[in-house]
Amino acid sequence: MPQPQAFFEYLLRLGDNALILGHRLSEWCGHGPILEQDIAMTNIALDQVGQARSLLQYAGQVEGKGRTEDNLAYLRDVSGYRNALLVEQPNGDFAHTITRQFLFDAFNYFQFEALKQSRDEHLQAIAAKSFKEIAYHLRYSSEWMIRLGDGAEESRQRMQAALEDLWMYTGELTEVTEVDEQMLEAGIGPDLRKIKSLYDEKVAAILQEATLEQPADTWMQSGGKTGRMHSEHLGYILAELQFVQRAYPGMEW
Amino acid sequence: MTNKKDWPLWEVFIRSKNGLSHKHVGSLHAADAEMAIENARDVYTRRSEGVSIWVVESRYITASSPDQAESLFDPADDKVYRHPTFYNLPDEVKHI
Repeated sequence: MPQPQAFFEYLLRLGDNALILGHRLSEWCGHGPILEQDIAMTNIALDQVGQARSLLQYAGQVEGKGRTEDNLAYLRDVSGYRNALLVEQPNGDFAHTITRQFLFDAFNYFQFEALKQSRDEHLQAIAAKSFKEIAYHLRYSSEWMIRLGDGAEESRQRMQAALEDLWMYTGELTEVTEVDEQMLEAGIGPDLRKIKSLYDEKVAAILQEATLEQPADTWMQSGGKTGRMHSEHLGYILAELQFVQRAYPGMEW
Repeated sequence: MTNKKDWPLWEVFIRSKNGLSHKHVGSLHAADAEMAIENARDVYTRRSEGVSIWVVESRYITASSPDQAESLFDPADDKVYRHPTFYNLPDEVKHI
């Protein structure tokens, strides 16, 4: 894969993770367990959609075919998306939403911390801005992991169940693919092997504090970030996300 | 989810910038102080309103009684000499 193509793919991964998880969280808007958490989750959703805008706009620029952030968000089909499988998983109950968020935030935190040192200046600038937001996201989701895990009997059971359900999607986050190798070589992206050890350590520490049991290492699902195969959930997300542009092509605010 | 009634009410104070004092901005529900700070951050500082947050459980606030307003506050009304209006303040002095 030529390097500009790999860089484009890489930016799509970063942008799509933010877009899809942001969309998932936005589904909680008006349905949060209490008003304060409703606002907290939509704040995070807005942070992520904002990050997606910067990243996809840059992706369009790198691709050089005149596609804008809107074209990329609204006119790609499932097979064109490069988000990790984890972020497209359904909200489920609050325990699932928080667990999904934490398992992603912990990865994203170390990923963006490293991207602040990227050799690509534009990406470095996006990372510097996003990292502050992501640091808060991780604080928020970690706090809830501990609170609910080490909470009442029911909350602990629900958290453990969510963890068991979502664990098989965590491997993909730090899976090293051809694109990752190329980005590492070019000094643009981080070494995912290093990120993996930081990630494992962080997750283990929070799970321990939350008195949750780390699921046994199992077969890890993957295929989202390479675009090989998404779960059936992404199609439904895009149906909603893209409805207006599909029904009224070219429509603007 | 826990019944909201189980979560105590907290009063939120925000300092909008360094050098000013914290000001009461409202209240919210939270299970403990840590969560109250996070909720306050999300509910009351979304538009860059603050640089510092204080929270205190509402039950720890002791308020003066409206019934006693007359005896508490009216006696000060005719004591103008307590106001520092007899000094000229330099223009550079702000926030007074």
